[in-house]
Amino acid sequence: MSGSGRPRLHRRVRVGAALVLAVGALASLALEEDAPAQGGRAGLEQARPGGPSADEQPTAGPVERPAPGLEPGDPAMVAQGRRLFVDGCSSCHGPDARGVRGRGPSLRGVGAAAADFYLGTGRMPIDDPDDEPIRAKSPYDPEQRRALVAYVAQFGGPPIPKVDPAKGTLSQGLELFTEHCASCHQVAGRGGMLTGAVVPDLQESEPETVAEAIEVGPYLMPNFRGQFDQKELDSIASYVEYTKELEDRGGWGIGNIGPVPEGMVAWLLAGGALLLTIRLIGKRTPT
Amino acid sequence: MIRRAVGFFDDRIGVAPGARKLLRYVFPDHWSFLLGEIALNSFLVLVGTGIFLTFYYSPSDAQTVYNGAYEPLRGLSMTEAYWSTLNLSLDVPAGLLMRQTHHWAANLMIVAITVHLLRILLTGAFRRPREINYVVGVTLLALTVLEGFAGYSLPDDLLSGMGLVIAYGVAMSIPLLGGDLSFLIWGGEFPGSAEFFPRLYIVHVLLVPVAIAGLIGAHLAMIARQHHTQFRGRIATERNVVGYPLWPGYALKSGGLLLVTAAVLFLLGGLVQINPIWQWGPYEPYLSTNGAQPDWYLGWLLGGLRLMPALEVQLGSWTLVPNPFWGGLAFPTLVFLTMYAWPWIDRRWLGDNRRHELLDLPRDNPRRTAIVMSYFSWVLVVFVAGSIDRLYFRSTIPYEAQIWFLRIAVFVVPVLTYFAAKRLCEELRDRERHPLRGWNGKVVRRTPAGGFETLELDEGVPAVDGGNGRPGAPSEEQEAGAGTGGR
Repeated sequence: MSGSGRPRLHRRVRVGAALVLAVGALASLALEEDAPAQGGRAGLEQARPGGPSADEQPTAGPVERPAPGLEPGDPAMVAQGRRLFVDGCSSCHGPDARGVRGRGPSLRGVGAAAADFYLGTGRMPIDDPDDEPIRAKSPYDPEQRRALVAYVAQFGGPPIPKVDPAKGTLSQGLELFTEHCASCHQVAGRGGMLTGAVVPDLQESEPETVAEAIEVGPYLMPNFRGQFDQKELDSIASYVEYTKELEDRGGWGIGNIGPVPEGMVAWLLAGGALLLTIRLIGKRTPT
Repeated sequence: MIRRAVGFFDDRIGVAPGARKLLRYVFPDHWSFLLGEIALNSFLVLVGTGIFLTFYYSPSDAQTVYNGAYEPLRGLSMTEAYWSTLNLSLDVPAGLLMRQTHHWAANLMIVAITVHLLRILLTGAFRRPREINYVVGVTLLALTVLEGFAGYSLPDDLLSGMGLVIAYGVAMSIPLLGGDLSFLIWGGEFPGSAEFFPRLYIVHVLLVPVAIAGLIGAHLAMIARQHHTQFRGRIATERNVVGYPLWPGYALKSGGLLLVTAAVLFLLGGLVQINPIWQWGPYEPYLSTNGAQPDWYLGWLLGGLRLMPALEVQLGSWTLVPNPFWGGLAFPTLVFLTMYAWPWIDRRWLGDNRRHELLDLPRDNPRRTAIVMSYFSWVLVVFVAGSIDRLYFRSTIPYEAQIWFLRIAVFVVPVLTYFAAKRLCEELRDRERHPLRGWNGKVVRRTPAGGFETLELDEGVPAVDGGNGRPGAPSEEQEAGAGTGGR
């Protein structure tokens, strides 16, 4: 009696274990897929942490931040920016933003575009100047960032570019993005790897950030200054916005990064389901 | 009804004797014997969905402009190959379901073949007298991989094009012949002449599928002629075949498995997106995307290209062996030659040239199991290298460090796997434990008369095909063939 009962119990345990394994693997896929989306929301909040603007501004539509580069005449703001700069940035960029040999470059002439890009995405300040700057939660609130950007902007350089995705065309954006950006950022803006750098995915970026990165060329990225006219810039921003919500007409998009998750589904989901099937219909002991 | 139908045919062409023989044909039953059937069923789904796809696909590189419903591509210039696949996916009713099911079936077919191959290797099913069928099976794997790559290349989207340019680079790297050969295949320099896509298309829908179908026929015919192998059991010996007849019995199992396979594939085709070509966009030779990947079954070739250090053979300023040759051609050739030679390697190493109708359990032969697992782990490490940039691109380990780690792992992992597998098999064999079945012992009971009897815990005894069911007599008999009557 015990002999016939035991295998049955084992069988249930095994089927259960196999199911748990398959579901777990897929859940990790699903998490992977959700991660950028959640990060995106968090990123938007990070841009205005807790400040009054977080309540005032709706998340949809182009974000209308007051362009700090256009307020050079506000000496109080520049002064506040200088205080923050000396406190938080000068150990690498020097007390007068002329840079420190071996630690950080001069910021004279980089302009509001670069300052707003690095500070707005939390890439600066950075702990170790040898690290690749990656998107993070900024320690500064928006008011402080505006002050810092105003301080850096007074030394000259390109202002924060204007961009309006609504004025761009999606197909032109896809064409330009595929030609100029996809070889590093992946065709659907999912990011990837290069020798020497991790390429960020673009699902957390705002149109303004995209335009700034094109202007500045942060880290290993080349700058595309002056290569695109306003219409083309708007189109690229419009395509990047579009990649945040791709049209997955075939069902579950499994991350939109191509065959690797597809292979995992083939092995774990299809293979797992059929392995369970043949285990159920086939004999398990020799006759 | 059935009787009348059979009677009709028997009366005219005399099918009854053949049909009776066919219906009484005995299949040994074990779940692992069904792995190959999953591959066969996937092939049937592939043929069915593939025929549907041919109604809409156009293998032409003529330029056309997309004006369909999908906004991001509207107004873009593209080849008719890409346009027709786009149209088939987004506008033809059920087109995307068919295309996705076709693609999932291809992925699953090679999964099933791989696991089936592993089963054959681990149980020693390739041994004399089944070497020929084993060679046919390995050829089927090679052809299926080739067929998959051709299918992946046909839509002419960004990933297709990047796959083809790698294939072109590998073809060019063949010493001495490469340049002429790739010109011959592509009809000119990459991306090739207008004849290339029609050629690829005929390869994909006619040449390779017909070869696969023919070899599947040969594979099954040889199984029928030699009978299926079986595990040693209370009744099953080297001299008989124990199992269920085709009818009533095994046909229901096989038919059910066909339906389940098709159901799983169509469910995936309808619910899980595969290769969304509209998101990749059309291909041009100057375009590329980060993280482009082949379908899983070619990941090990990409991994080979990636892991191989920058080694080339040069004579003065002339490169005799360009680098892609090692990872893209030498490595897969070595892998397949090893697989082809396996029955003879096994025979040499284990010194066993006898006929075998009975299978080994993997633990029965720890050395073979260890060698096979070690070999698979070697290919697996290279396979992982092919997708490492996607698997770990959120990690902080630099890409170069990952590659160096894997270059070392290629040598270390097979050695560790060998000893781990060997030890595991020996433990299992010594303890008479089965990792999936649990306790495998017997209960001995004392009878009222004072003797002892062993309680049989198995289910009922199915049909047995007598010793004369096999062509060629087995050379030795290891245990008395009990009860060859059965049902």
